[in-house]
Amino acid sequence: MSAVATVIATRLAEIVGDANLTANPADSAAYAIGSLRPSAVVRPGSAEETAEVIKFAAAEKLAVVTCGARTKLDLGLPPRKYDLAMDMTRLNRVVACDPGDLTLSVEPGLTLRQLSAALAERGQFLPLEVPFFHRATVGGTIASAMDSPLRQLYGTPRDFILGMEFVTGEGTCGKSGGRVVKNVTGYDLHKLMIGSLGTLGVITKINFRTFPLPRDVRAFVATFDSAERALELRARVSRSPLKPLTMEVLSPGVDRLFFSEFAARIDPAPFPPNLLTSNGWTFTCGFTGTEKVLGRYEADLRAMAAQAGAAKVSILQADDVRAAFARKREFVAIARESSPAATIVKAAVLPTRVREVLATIESAANAESLPWAAMVRGVGVIYAALLPDAVTEDSRDRVARAANRIQSGCEKAAGHAMIPWCPFEWKDKRNVWGAERGDWAQMRKVKSVFDPQGILSPGRFVGGI
Amino acid sequence: MEVARPECVVFPGTTQDVVRIVQLANQHKTPLVGRGAGTGLSGGALSRKGGILVVFSRMNRILDIDAENHRATVQPGVVNADLSAAVAHLGLHFAPDPSSQKACTIGGNVSENSGGPHTLAYGVTTNHVLALGMVLPNGEEVRAGGSAIDAPGYDLTGLFVGSEGTMALVTEITVKLTPLPEAVKTLLVIFDSLDDATETVAEITARGITPAACEMLDGWTLRAVEAYVHAGFPLDSAAVLLIDVDGLREAVEAHAEEVADVCRAHNAREVRLARDAAERDLLWKGRKNAFGAVGRLSPTYYVQDGVIPRTKLPVTIRRINEIGKKYGFEVGNIFHAGDGNLHPIILFDASDPKQFERAVSASDEIIKFCIEMGGSITGEHGVGMEKDRLMPLLFTDVELDLMRRARDAFNPEGLLNPGKVIPTAKSCGEIRVRPLPIAGGSPA
Repeated sequence: MSAVATVIATRLAEIVGDANLTANPADSAAYAIGSLRPSAVVRPGSAEETAEVIKFAAAEKLAVVTCGARTKLDLGLPPRKYDLAMDMTRLNRVVACDPGDLTLSVEPGLTLRQLSAALAERGQFLPLEVPFFHRATVGGTIASAMDSPLRQLYGTPRDFILGMEFVTGEGTCGKSGGRVVKNVTGYDLHKLMIGSLGTLGVITKINFRTFPLPRDVRAFVATFDSAERALELRARVSRSPLKPLTMEVLSPGVDRLFFSEFAARIDPAPFPPNLLTSNGWTFTCGFTGTEKVLGRYEADLRAMAAQAGAAKVSILQADDVRAAFARKREFVAIARESSPAATIVKAAVLPTRVREVLATIESAANAESLPWAAMVRGVGVIYAALLPDAVTEDSRDRVARAANRIQSGCEKAAGHAMIPWCPFEWKDKRNVWGAERGDWAQMRKVKSVFDPQGILSPGRFVGGI
Repeated sequence: MEVARPECVVFPGTTQDVVRIVQLANQHKTPLVGRGAGTGLSGGALSRKGGILVVFSRMNRILDIDAENHRATVQPGVVNADLSAAVAHLGLHFAPDPSSQKACTIGGNVSENSGGPHTLAYGVTTNHVLALGMVLPNGEEVRAGGSAIDAPGYDLTGLFVGSEGTMALVTEITVKLTPLPEAVKTLLVIFDSLDDATETVAEITARGITPAACEMLDGWTLRAVEAYVHAGFPLDSAAVLLIDVDGLREAVEAHAEEVADVCRAHNAREVRLARDAAERDLLWKGRKNAFGAVGRLSPTYYVQDGVIPRTKLPVTIRRINEIGKKYGFEVGNIFHAGDGNLHPIILFDASDPKQFERAVSASDEIIKFCIEMGGSITGEHGVGMEKDRLMPLLFTDVELDLMRRARDAFNPEGLLNPGKVIPTAKSCGEIRVRPLPIAGGSPA
């Protein structure tokens, strides 16, 4: 260790304690982002310690990347600089819980599993069922804006986060919102933190509104011979009075992923057989309610599926619903597990323009002989997995051409497409965040308020923020 | 009582007009304040420092309705209820429904992040805004968000909605439209005790039942309303709850029954189900015109907008009434019980300065109690020029400074809506401005 590094390590150890500092390069490998390794890993035990670390980092101009369970460290662009990993897993408490008010405050290092178990005891839950569910932390999930199939009914974290506390890039403790379900006091700064990938601040507390855990959940699955027909059912359901919990359309190729050993590795629950077809498109939705309501859903969905020309329909119950839901939730994780070269394009367009984007995905992947699979959320978000079997120069070029076509196709369809995941060494050549948008200049203003020195995850975010 | 008067009022017809107005204001370093219908209750649309008042009533076109994708794009001067009326034939509506919805504009709703009775189940304005076209205080035109969701980058739309017109003038808004429910049932629940009513609401919440709306009127308020609207509220009751449940036909039946069971378990005298749409409309008319009814009794009254955790509803309402007695005021309570958003009304005689002082003191004591309960100082009316002095009760100087810097990033010279939301640095923590009494307004 250099003399400078020793001085830094000594000061950091003073703040978080020797046991919570790793300055040994070998041990920091677990925090690597691609080939970048931090010089030190700090694990603060409180918001105050977090603020002290950031103040010190700001004074020393050290670049800080915040992490939880490190399931998504490779999101975004490679950081320009990476000196300190700020591991938030010691801040893992449920700080306050008012079950009667359906509200909850937690620290960011709490895992989604712990959170979900704590809430289930009270008959409640948070619709944060996102990829890497078994390991991911709440803070990482919010900072990376992972989305859940449950957004169909419950929306995204911006709809159910009531307030936050955070430490800015100057080591200032900030706060916005509150703990009550309705509140317009002050600016909603916490909304900026959602999906900011640690570039504005380090989240130290999150206040949520919670939801009653649905009692009896069932799923409806219909297979079709074309994307048009499956999407036609989506459109019919969205025009109907039904309000499903989840709604997705799955492309051919998803069946292979969901039945694979990779899927079993991510979530061991056995996937119900004969549910998906290998060459068709599948519509799925989950719903809940009383016996009467479930009956209404089943009858209406069957009727609408028949009108849309479904080949086959099934209703799932109990364990099968859970297993099928887990596969949907983990689509990205399973796709990434299936190939070291897996490239995930996340696109969003208006629901009526999904078909044309799917056609572009299909033709771009086929033109480059790339195996692919896509999952479309009912709200107009498409996850397309391009799945070459190995990381080679050839696969890199083919994926690059296909991804470019998909991204420009989305822009033509008045949407946008980013590449959250691909082999890390490919990232600097890809348009990871999609085309520059008119509001990115305004985002730079926001960044300069929260992190004037640019020490927080520099370069990972849109436009190199 | 503060008087705020603009030096000039201008009615732009296009975004380009707005740009030119902003440029002119910049040349002359003149304050600018955006205004919709002026129904706001915290003074957000008042020219506290004079200057130009930019009134958006001419920019009132619905630019696009996309029924299939549940989207609409509107100019800021479109009246809230007009949008819902324009899309009703498509089975859709714009969900935020402030009580002033027949007058208030969507631009105003965006600035204030307005609520309303049915936001209990459907969410407030910010949950329904997808994109904003804006003119920044330097005259720059900016678009944030998009019709397609999940745009990469920071959630600027989330920051600007509810920024009370202090960061940008909004010139175009893309909103989500929400399908109208297949079935609605409205229950009027009558109580002989105020505690029974508030405890009913706490239990409905705790059981995880989310009605579409759950409003409460205490005895004093319902009598005032009944005399004016004749909605059928029993004059001898201590409180009524007005509860909507909506959704699928099959769900609504069971849902209403579940709500009724909780009400009966808490000694409701009667659970009355509105027989038809006409009766339902009449009950809601009573609720939405309540502040007009109060205005008949007193030309000046002060409405609070505190929020508390729903579990604290019974104790807080008891405390509010004690505070009223202590200061010698009758306090009426009519509020969004389901989301813990209180609107205590204090009637006072504006011609008596002593009474006004006492009304403000009583009101401050109520707000401080809400904060003690873990709540907040405004649920939907905004901070504006009414509560900036109270901000230090919830936020430290450092936290306020961060908010101030976030505003200054877009409004560096402070020309846009000066003197709102955040207390000015030098007087931070002092009580410098008196709250704004409301005369016959109509809060959500």
